[in-house]
Amino acid sequence: MTLLIQNARVIDPSREFDGKADLLIENGVVAEVGKRVRGGGDVLAAAGLVVVPGFIDLHTHLREPGHEHKETIATGTRAAVAGGYTAVCAMANTEPPNDERAVTEMIIAEAARNGACRVYPIGAVSRGLKGEELAEFADLRAAGCVALSDDGKPVANAQLMRRALEYASMLQMPVVAHEEDLHLREGGVMHEGFYSTLLGMSGIPAASEETMVARDAILAQMTGAHLHIAHLSTAGAVDAVRNARRAGVHVTCEVTPHHLALTDEAVQSFSTNLKMNPPLRSEEHRRAVIDAIADGTVDVIATDHAPHHFDEKNVEFDLAPFGVIGLETAFSVCYERLVRRRVIDLPRLIELMSTAPARVFNLPGGTLRPGAPADIALLNLNERFQVTNTFASKASNSPFIGETMQGRVVVTIVGGVVQYDLRAPAPLPRARKRKQRRKR
Amino acid sequence: MRTQTSALRSKDLLGIEQLAPDEINLILDTAEGFKEVSERPVKKVPALRGQLVINLFMEASTRTRVSFEIAEKRLSADTLNFSASGSSVEKGETLIDTAENLMAMAPDMIVIRHKHPGAPKMLADRLPASIINAGDGAHEHPTQALLDAFTIRERLGRLHGVSVSIIGDIAHSRVVRSNIHLLTKMKASVTVAGPPTLIPAEIEKLGVRVVHSIAEAIEGADVIMMLRIQLERQGKLSFPSLREYYNTFGLTPGRLRSAKEGVIVMHPGPMNRGVEIASDVADGPWSVILDQVTNGVAVRMAVLYLLGGAHAE
Repeated sequence: MTLLIQNARVIDPSREFDGKADLLIENGVVAEVGKRVRGGGDVLAAAGLVVVPGFIDLHTHLREPGHEHKETIATGTRAAVAGGYTAVCAMANTEPPNDERAVTEMIIAEAARNGACRVYPIGAVSRGLKGEELAEFADLRAAGCVALSDDGKPVANAQLMRRALEYASMLQMPVVAHEEDLHLREGGVMHEGFYSTLLGMSGIPAASEETMVARDAILAQMTGAHLHIAHLSTAGAVDAVRNARRAGVHVTCEVTPHHLALTDEAVQSFSTNLKMNPPLRSEEHRRAVIDAIADGTVDVIATDHAPHHFDEKNVEFDLAPFGVIGLETAFSVCYERLVRRRVIDLPRLIELMSTAPARVFNLPGGTLRPGAPADIALLNLNERFQVTNTFASKASNSPFIGETMQGRVVVTIVGGVVQYDLRAPAPLPRARKRKQRRKR
Repeated sequence: MRTQTSALRSKDLLGIEQLAPDEINLILDTAEGFKEVSERPVKKVPALRGQLVINLFMEASTRTRVSFEIAEKRLSADTLNFSASGSSVEKGETLIDTAENLMAMAPDMIVIRHKHPGAPKMLADRLPASIINAGDGAHEHPTQALLDAFTIRERLGRLHGVSVSIIGDIAHSRVVRSNIHLLTKMKASVTVAGPPTLIPAEIEKLGVRVVHSIAEAIEGADVIMMLRIQLERQGKLSFPSLREYYNTFGLTPGRLRSAKEGVIVMHPGPMNRGVEIASDVADGPWSVILDQVTNGVAVRMAVLYLLGGAHAE
């Protein structure tokens, strides 16, 4: 089976390539990238489109097993490919949690059966996510886990975190830290600052994140392990990562699209789709995170895709669960906020979403090198669209509903198979094209 | 005539934050007329005859609920009280379902008290009835601020230029937020005072002065507004003990000696005598605490009338 993608702009950060080219897929792998490539099978005319390595999300909540009313492996991976993702790392806070081999195997089997993209499970740091004793890391790794995390909760016990880092380093597995001091959070539901004061809501201070990032950076230095900080959101956390790295500590970090696009000011609407943890921070913190993307402190953009059922979010802000979905809007949000506003260029954004996550978790993908799996996304940078409340995800708890965006994922190919194609069926392609031209 | 407008711009009263100064004046001026109704032998006008007002109290309240109910009855509205205890809420019904079920019985107005900020807005966004916020968590309590302003205006003749010090648990008080919005909009100056553990982040950005000493707060104030200390907060990291709180922030006759001549003392209630306020102050010549309660009825009549009656004509 072959597929020839013709006349595209190809961006491959792994080879620092950005230029017009054709790309030939044969038997599920990239066979050739270059000018006037010939292939015998199907042709995908891609003039005007950008071909990039498929995105890899290091932080996805697929909710299965146990919370299938929110999302399943089938629907979550459909959402992934609709956002250009060809692989997602599934967080362990399911029911039961992914703290033992049987659960990991179930996830991998279900993903193989019904998944639209690759799924790499993340195992729990502690049994039952209770923060008391270590899960069986070696067994989890043997079953297919690529990293370890109690995400959703911090590892409050510093000694347990130290031992987790030590033990994980033996297995070359990163420990992914949800950094939060629960005593400092104390019932908080949004960022502590002017807007929490205005709205009379309990605040989550930036310090609740920053003290834990500082603690874990010290533990990572002590143990020599690889610490990966999840959803970094504050200026102090950015500084702590910068300083640790300068001291030679093996620390990497990720930032979510919503933390770089939105601030706590938006919470004045009381919309529960603006409630997540870490919370939307103040403008000052948002800028610090953007600066950290510009200067290279941030390694990866990850979604923290956290689906919840409509009923769960259709309550008072205080009572709603934390979390928003993000897979389907991630590229468009980042393209608008980072590339169109000239923080970074497009190849760098693609790197943050594909090549870098592959490198940080040591995963296949993130490259268009011949011989690599044909995990590819095609982007239309000129398409403007409005985010509606219809998603491939089972959930619709997105903070971006109603926003108009430019730059959209149009095709996603996983292992050479087209798993998402926005162009077909394409109603009145000519009329649409003409409209766009007029707008420009 | 201070009023420049003859109607409120929104169908709801969710907070003071959204009100313009002319709307605040309209409510206060209208309340003056209604205060006189409460002094008549027959304390009733037909303004809201045939209108149904539901008092949806999802959190315990005596003063506010009773005050609203009296205001509604004096305007001849049909009233219905709904409280969380003993209702479908205890069976797990959501706020939105409760409200939509009540809405199906066609109320004209819903007065809501709820422990979570934003609950009145949730209803206002979804229901055609006028929603009146009777207190939502630590967010807003607009009719309290309006009755406080009415009382200050009645006593001091103006709001402009008046110096108001609010002392106590600023962090957890909806009364403070509504009062800050109202007083700053009306060009009064506001000082908040309390231990740093009870002062919320960046509150000075609302245009208030923050002090941590009761003596500083009292000095030069025309109005001293004491806030209730929630007894359950003692020992929970907010302050060590009620005894220490009273010694550092309690309002006593001794401390009032350094106050300005003619200072008035207010309290939104319920009071904890001997915690934030000494009985000699609460019952003393400075106190206007019971005037606040009396004025509450007139102010709530004005709000109900302007949201319901005025539109119905």
